[in-house]
Amino acid sequence: MSETILDICNLTIGLPKGADRASAVADLNLTLRAGEVTCLIGESGSGKSLVARAVLGLLPVPRVRVTGGQILFEGEDIVRADPRALARIRGARIGMIFQEPMTALNPLHSIGQQIEEVFRIHTRLGRAERRDRVVQLLADVHLPEPARIARSFPHQLSCGQRQRAMIAMALALDPKLLIADEPTTALDVTTQAQILHLISELQRSHGTAVLFITHDFGVVADIADHVAVLQRGELVESGTRAAVLDAPRHPYTQALIAAVPKLLVPHRPKQFFGPTMLESIDARKAYQARGLFGRGRATVALDGVSVTLRRGETLGLVGESGSGKSTLARAMTRLLTIDSGDIVLDGDDITRIPARLMRPHRQKIQMIFQDPYASLDPRQRVADIIAEGPIIHGTAPAVALMRARELLGLVGLDPSAADRYPHEFSGGQRQRIGIARALALNPKVLVADEPVSALDVSVQAQVLELLAEIKTKLQLSMLFVTHDLRVALQICDRIAVMRHGVIVELDETANIYAAPRHPYTKALFDAVPGAAWSHAMANAAQ
Amino acid sequence: MRAGLQRFARNRMALFGACILAIVGLLTVLSPLLYPAGAFVLVGPPLQQPFGRFLLGTDVLGRDVAAGVVEGARTSLLIGISAAVSAVLFGAVVGAMAGYYRGTVDIVLMRVTEFFQTIPAFLLAMLLVVILSPSVFSVIIAIAAVSWPGIARLVRGEFVSLGGREFILASVGLGANAPRIIFRHLLPNCLSSIVAVGSLLVATAILLETGLAFLGLGDPNVMSWGLQISAGRVSLRSAWWVCTFPGIAILLTVLAINLVGDGLNEALNPRLRER
Repeated sequence: MSETILDICNLTIGLPKGADRASAVADLNLTLRAGEVTCLIGESGSGKSLVARAVLGLLPVPRVRVTGGQILFEGEDIVRADPRALARIRGARIGMIFQEPMTALNPLHSIGQQIEEVFRIHTRLGRAERRDRVVQLLADVHLPEPARIARSFPHQLSCGQRQRAMIAMALALDPKLLIADEPTTALDVTTQAQILHLISELQRSHGTAVLFITHDFGVVADIADHVAVLQRGELVESGTRAAVLDAPRHPYTQALIAAVPKLLVPHRPKQFFGPTMLESIDARKAYQARGLFGRGRATVALDGVSVTLRRGETLGLVGESGSGKSTLARAMTRLLTIDSGDIVLDGDDITRIPARLMRPHRQKIQMIFQDPYASLDPRQRVADIIAEGPIIHGTAPAVALMRARELLGLVGLDPSAADRYPHEFSGGQRQRIGIARALALNPKVLVADEPVSALDVSVQAQVLELLAEIKTKLQLSMLFVTHDLRVALQICDRIAVMRHGVIVELDETANIYAAPRHPYTKALFDAVPGAAWSHAMANAAQ
Repeated sequence: MRAGLQRFARNRMALFGACILAIVGLLTVLSPLLYPAGAFVLVGPPLQQPFGRFLLGTDVLGRDVAAGVVEGARTSLLIGISAAVSAVLFGAVVGAMAGYYRGTVDIVLMRVTEFFQTIPAFLLAMLLVVILSPSVFSVIIAIAAVSWPGIARLVRGEFVSLGGREFILASVGLGANAPRIIFRHLLPNCLSSIVAVGSLLVATAILLETGLAFLGLGDPNVMSWGLQISAGRVSLRSAWWVCTFPGIAILLTVLAINLVGDGLNEALNPRLRER
């Protein structure tokens, strides 16, 4: 057995008074060995990120601090180390990667300068030598033209390139331990696959111990040697990847794994759909970038997109960020106007009619938004939020408020929720409120823009179930925008794959799953985290 | 908002400021009872020492300084609050229009706002009072006219950042019209910043009013702190109390308003709260 790098013994992290529980993490025991990846998995609020911060000595003291236990890094207790000793360890012997590479890098310094800083702080290397090491590091993380990248600023790189640069910085001094806090959550699936590959490659060649924090079982299946499952601050299960993923013992782990969307098409009876409800004909949209002097280069978001949604159908719109899928969803609900082409809703061309005349059409099409925290007005009561639509369209307020309470029941919330404010609810509950608001107008078409991507997996499954159930019950048509192929397979009848503003493939879900034709679709399927594990699970289930 | 007030109550300095303000407010209300004759009446020999027959002494003409301070408090608060409220209302409307409609409306309104900001505030206020002839009303107008640009820019900024939020899009999607979005969704969400900045505006307005009155541009028929200091400055070396007590009143009031404003800002502004 290889050398122990990090030993967390009975770690307890206390929370300030008035928090939902006394300690964020209670009695945590975890051992990390050289050359192994340990995944700490948990839902939001499980305390997993605080563990990472505690190891780095970066807890927001005095409100949140270690109240018990030890964190032994190569035999030295980090909890009781003085700040200067800790600063020598951080960056040199413990590297870290964060979730959002844009905010973790200083926008005013070039990538090269920022990596060089690590050497300046921790070593006595000369200027030229530092430069050489930086370029070498950037080459190690497979960045093209490392010398040019070193001179670039963070905003000139893509998200994936920035994360690679972050990894180069974290590994600059060949640390014994690498802490990665959700390093791929903000990335597209294809980029995520590459970054995961890079981390495991570097980790193996350097023999680094990795503490990898994530909420995604797919990622765990791809990268972990050991898995530790955290539920509300308590370690409920830990073991090797095979033991935890294939034969979970704790009911919480079992529930989490069951909630992970499978990479397969559930069996559905053959359905026949009605006439076209919503259609875009050769829609084009470009965003004009405004430079300092006159107009800059335009970004094409929609490049001649034609798609139809039939009555009773769920059409999936799948693509990575920047593919134009959200622009299309917003164009089809007339939340933005397109440059050319037509949007036809239930037989009426709504592309260019003025906002005032648009109002009657708005009843027919409603949108569900991605971010459950930003999509509800924080200053309004839930009842007022849901009743707003009907009131705008002339329903008497008293009637609309009554109906709002009924709708809360329909989306699985207690009617007493009506008198509370959005901040009193969890993400999943807020998303239910958003769905109730969309349903209040009795629309014929629902447009859901990434409705579950901000939610935990267990909640995700519930919300998807609710959407499917409501769609059938109310005989709605639904345009479902997502970046997650697994989710699209679960819920959609047809799937359109978008890239660079163009639909590259559009087919029945079963066909796309069985035989993707376009290379990009194939790449998306290959990049799904934990694809192999998911296949194995799916086969075992059948 | 209620949670905000609770946070405010926990801030000791802000509470101290609120107490001073309450005392000033009380004096204003009680002034007709305390000094029924008013502040312009000659009550005794000129330049009497304070803490003798007259609490704060008398000025060159033999007027009671204490009566002037109490009546001046009324003038200062009246002008400070009305000027601040008018500036907030006007600034909020301009900022809301610019932030909501964007485009040409935004460009035109913001250029006008910047135009006002580039002129030295005090000179512009003086000019306006001279043009409108000195009276309480014209002083209010002048102070409001130089104070609104800050509010307009604040409200515009808040509107722009809120405008892209999904709950605003959701309202548009429901078919809401512009007034509904502005008054139901956007304004309530930036109310706390407006309240916090607006309260600080009261302090600036009081200082401006004092300055104008000192230069003889205040309403000559209304007693104010600036007027008192202006009248007392000729005898500053022989009778320090004539200028000093109104000066202390200005200091305390402005300090109190600043403390309360900072307290409100910290309590209501979510960005500061997280620290």
